[in-house]
Amino acid sequence: MPTVSVKRDLLFQALGRTYTDEEFDELCFEFGLELDEITSEKEIISKEQGNVKAAGASDVVLYKIDVPANRYDLLCLEGLVRGLQVFKERIKAPVYKRVMPDGKIQKLIITEETAKIRPFAVAAVLRNIKFTKDRYDSFIELQEKLHQNICRKRALVAIGTHDLDTLSGPFTYTAKRPSDIKFKPLNKTKEYTACELMNIYKTDNHLKHYLHIIENKPLYPVIYDSNGVVLSMPPIINGDHSRITVNTRNIFIECTGTDFTKAKIVLDIIVTMFSEYCENQFTVEAAEVVFPNGKSYTFPELAYRKEMVRADLINKKVGIRETPENLAKLLTRMYLKSEVIGDGNQIEIEIPPTRADIIHACDIVEDAAIAYGYNNIQMTLPKTYTIANQFPLNKLTELLRYDMAAAGFTEVLTFALCSQEDIADKLGLDISATKAVHISNPKTAEFQVARTTLLPGLLKTIAANRKMPLPLKLFEISDIVIKDSNTDVGAKNYRHLCAVYYNKNPGFEIIHGLLDRIMQLLDVPPGEDKGGYVIKASEGKTDEPNPELVTVSGGGYTLFFMKLVILIWDFRKKGR
Amino acid sequence: MADGPVAELLLRRLEASDGGLDSAELAAELGMEHQAVVGAVKSLQALGEVIEAELRSTKRWELTAEGEEIAREGSHEARVFRSIPPEGLAQSELMRLPSGKVGFSKAMSNKWIRVDKSAADGPRVFRVVDSMEDEVQRRLQLVQGGQAEKLGEKERSELRKRKLLAEVTLKTYWVSKGSAFSTSISKQETELSPEMISSGSWRDRPFKPYNFLAHGVLPDSGHLHPLLKVRSQFRQIFLEMGFTEMPTDNFIESSFWNFDALFQPQQHPARDQHDTFFLRDPAEALQLPMDYVQRVKRTHSQGGYGSQGYKYTWKLDEARKNLLRTHTTSASARALYRLAQKKPFTPVKYFSIDRVFRNETLDATHLAEFHQIEGVVADHGLTLGHLMGVLREFFTKLGITQLRFKPAYNPYTEPSMEVFSYHQGLKKWVEVGNSGVFRPEMLLPMGLPENVSVIAWGLSLERPNDDQIWHQQHPGPGGPQGKPADGVRQSPVPPGC
Repeated sequence: MPTVSVKRDLLFQALGRTYTDEEFDELCFEFGLELDEITSEKEIISKEQGNVKAAGASDVVLYKIDVPANRYDLLCLEGLVRGLQVFKERIKAPVYKRVMPDGKIQKLIITEETAKIRPFAVAAVLRNIKFTKDRYDSFIELQEKLHQNICRKRALVAIGTHDLDTLSGPFTYTAKRPSDIKFKPLNKTKEYTACELMNIYKTDNHLKHYLHIIENKPLYPVIYDSNGVVLSMPPIINGDHSRITVNTRNIFIECTGTDFTKAKIVLDIIVTMFSEYCENQFTVEAAEVVFPNGKSYTFPELAYRKEMVRADLINKKVGIRETPENLAKLLTRMYLKSEVIGDGNQIEIEIPPTRADIIHACDIVEDAAIAYGYNNIQMTLPKTYTIANQFPLNKLTELLRYDMAAAGFTEVLTFALCSQEDIADKLGLDISATKAVHISNPKTAEFQVARTTLLPGLLKTIAANRKMPLPLKLFEISDIVIKDSNTDVGAKNYRHLCAVYYNKNPGFEIIHGLLDRIMQLLDVPPGEDKGGYVIKASEGKTDEPNPELVTVSGGGYTLFFMKLVILIWDFRKKGR
Repeated sequence: MADGPVAELLLRRLEASDGGLDSAELAAELGMEHQAVVGAVKSLQALGEVIEAELRSTKRWELTAEGEEIAREGSHEARVFRSIPPEGLAQSELMRLPSGKVGFSKAMSNKWIRVDKSAADGPRVFRVVDSMEDEVQRRLQLVQGGQAEKLGEKERSELRKRKLLAEVTLKTYWVSKGSAFSTSISKQETELSPEMISSGSWRDRPFKPYNFLAHGVLPDSGHLHPLLKVRSQFRQIFLEMGFTEMPTDNFIESSFWNFDALFQPQQHPARDQHDTFFLRDPAEALQLPMDYVQRVKRTHSQGGYGSQGYKYTWKLDEARKNLLRTHTTSASARALYRLAQKKPFTPVKYFSIDRVFRNETLDATHLAEFHQIEGVVADHGLTLGHLMGVLREFFTKLGITQLRFKPAYNPYTEPSMEVFSYHQGLKKWVEVGNSGVFRPEMLLPMGLPENVSVIAWGLSLERPNDDQIWHQQHPGPGGPQGKPADGVRQSPVPPGC
C-alpha cells in the first residue's frame, strides 16, 4: 500500500478547514485511507540517522497517509484534497479537458528501433503552469510514487517531464547503441556516453535499481528534440538541458513504457492532478504521437466513460435499500458523477480519467457502499444452509495429535522450508535422492528447499532445548513435499508423523510402544497373518528420503525407525 | 511416642530445665550435631504450642582445619624448630618437611633458628635458642577451649590472616515450654495407609495438616503446541458455523491458481521475486485446465463478463511458474472452480487453515511462513451486509465483539473491507482481518452462475495471538533458538474459545 506524505497545514489549508488528528483519522478511515503516522522531517531524520543530523531539519508536521494500491489519483496532496472535498460535497468534481494548442501541436515521433525494448510512448503539455516550492515538490513526488507503484519501478512506464521552453519539437523517440548516446544528465556537470552513465549509476542508491531494465539490451531508448538535444534516456535519467524548476511555465511530459494502457493512465493522472495550476485550470494541451506504422494518436486521452448500473443491483449487492436518486448522490460523492435515467431505476455513471480503477460494475457498487458508510450497513446472516465436513486427512491428524499428547509426547511446530543440508548432508543422503522441490530465489540459505522429512525440524528443536530435563519426547504431524510428475504442479504434499525420544539411553521400547499405541488407535493389529503390521529391518531404501533402519508396514501405512529413537510415518494411502 | 529420639531428649531436658535451654548448648551436652537439634526443634514447632523457640544468632570464633591441626601438633615454626637436631640440618632437607617452607620463615623471623651458608655441603640450619614457647598453638588451644575472648583483637586478627581462625555466625534457638507443653508428644501422620484403615487406628491418629503454600507436583504429560491449539479452536468455530474444510495439502502452487485465477494481473507486485518464493525445480506446472485458462487470459487481457479487463498481454509462461503458495486463497480458487463444474449450483460454506509462504528474511516481526485462516460462502444474492453479519458471528465466537469495517483494496475482492477490532490493552482499533466479495472477473470465468456471490475473509493464525509463540518453536535467524517445551508446557487453554 503506497504511503503519501503531506504537510498537515498545507492539507488543511487546501481543505479549507482544520481537523484534530482524531477527526482526520476518522475521515480517512471512512474514505478507505489510513492515517498511518504523524511525524516531521526532523523526526524522520532523527529516527534514521540520529539527532545530530536532524538538527537543522524542518519540524513542519507531516501526515503519512496509506492509500489503496489502485487509487493513483490519491497519490499526491492535490488528488487527496480533491477526493476528500468531493466526498464531503464541498466542491464538484472538476472536468478535465484536452485542448488543442493555438500554434503548432507538439509532436513525438516513435521510430521502429524502440519496438524491441520499450515500444510505447505518450505525451502531453501543461501550458502556463504556476509552481510554488510546495507544488513543485508535490509534482516531483507524484512522479516518484507513480514510478514505484503502477509503473512497477519504471519497468512498465517511465515518466519524463521537461521545460518545453528550452526545447524545440518535433521530438523523436528512438533507440540507439549505448556508445552512440551522449548527453549531460540531470545533476551532472558534463556529458557522458550511455555506457559511462550505466557504470556511474551502479553506485547510485536511487538509480541503480532501474539499470537492469535496459542494461543488457543492444539498444537503449532515448528521446531527442529537433536540435538533437537529449530529453531523456528512459527509464534511467533525464537530460540536464530541459530540467524543470519552480519557475518553469510550460511542461512537456513524456511517458515511455512496455505497457501501453498503463502509460496512458500514468499520463492522465499527472496532467489531471497538476492542470489545477495551469492558467486555464484543468485544461491540458494535446500532443501528437506518431507510431512507427505511421499511425498518429493524440494524448492525453482524458477519456470519460459512461457505465449503466441498475439501482436495485447496487442495493442487492450491498444489502441496503436506497432510492436511485440517493445512490446517484452517493456515487457522485465518490468522484463518479451519476444521474438517474430511463425508467427511474437506471443510474448512469460517468467514469472520469482519474478513476482507472473502475473496471467493472462491482467497483461502482463498492464506491456506493463506501459513500453510504460501511459501518452503516445492516449486518444480516445469510440463509445459506450447509452441513459441515472435515477434510478427512485433517480429521485424522486432529484425532492423532490429541492421542500423541495423551501418550506423553509434546507437539512441536517447525518450518516447512529448510536448507538442502538439513534434509540431505546432515542425514547422510545425497540431495538428488531426496526428490525435494527447490526454491529459486531464497533470501537466505535457511529456505532452499521444502522439507522432505519432518526429522530436521525435530532434531533442531532438540538442539535448541538441550537445557530441558530429559527425556524429551516430541512429535509433529505435518506436511512434507516431494516432487511428483503425476500432479498438475509436479509436486505433492504428504502428511507425516514424526516422533523423537531423546534421553541418555536409547529407549527403543518407548518409541516401539508409541508405534504399537498408534497402530492400536488406527485399529491395525500386529502380525502379517492378521493383515496387520510387521516390523522389518531395512536396507535404508533410496526411494524414501529417510535414512531409516527399520520399516514398518501394514494397514495402509508405512513407518520408519531411525537409530531406534525416531519414528516417521507417512499417511500417504489412508486418509486421502 | 516422641517425634524421634532427639526431640524426646529435648523435651525431657526442657522439662527439667529452668525456663529454657539453648540448642547449641544442648547439642554440645548431648555430643551431637547442632543441626540434629535444630531439626528436632522444627518438628516440635510444627506440632503447635508444645514449645516456643526463639531464633538467636551468635558470633563465635572457630578454628579452621589448619588451625585445628596446629592446636594439636604445634605451629609450623615450632615443628621446624623441633625437627632441627643440635648438629643442625641441611636447609634443602628442612624444606622438604611438610611444615618446611612456612615454618622456616616464621622461625627465622622469631629468631629461633639461623642459617649457616658457609657449610661445605650447602646451607645448614641451626637452633639459636634452646627452647621456645609455641604462642600460636597456645592461643589456638584457648579458642578451641571456648576462651577466644582471652585473646586480644590484634592476636585474633593475626591468626585470622593466617587462615587459622574464622569468625562464624551461629543460629541457635532458645527453646522454652509452650502453652501446650508435654513430654509425651506423639508423631503426626502424614499419610493415611491401608493398614490404618483396616486396623481402624486412623481414628486415633493425629494427621499433619496440608501445606497449601507449597507447589504441587505437575503431572507428567505430553502437550499440544499452543498455536496449533488455537488452530483447533478456529476449526471448531468454523465447524460450529457449518463450514466445510477445503483441502489445502499442496504447498506448491502454480502462479495460475495463486494469482491469475484470482484476477491478479501478471505485473502485480506480489508476483515479484522479492515477495514470493518461486521454484527452480519443478519450475513449471505441468498441467493447467486449458479451457478455463483461455477464459482467464481473455478476462485479463481484453475484459469480458462486464469488465474492462487490465488490457495487457497475458502470458501463459508466467502463469505456469511454480511457487510456494502466498495465500490459501489459491486453494479456495480450486475449490470454487470444482464447485462451478458441478451442475446445478449448490450453495457452500468453506474454510481452511494452513501454511502460506512469503519471501522474507526472518526477524522479530517477519516470518517466511505462517498460517492463514480463510472462510468462504457462496450463494445466490449474498450482500456486503451478509459478509459483515458472518464476520460478526465469527469474531463473537472468538470473544471479539467490537468490530468496525474500513474500505480497502484487494486485487480479487470488490467490495473489500478490512476488519478492525478495538484492542482493550492498546486502547486503539487494530486490524484483525481482511474480507470482501470475490470479483466477477474471478468467479464468472470459473463457470459459476452470474447471480451467485462469494463472500470471503481471511486472517492470520499468528496475528491475534503472539508471533512469539511461533518463534519459540523455530530456528530463528542465526540458528535455532527458543524453548518449545517450556512455552508449550506453560501455555494455557486459548482465551476466548
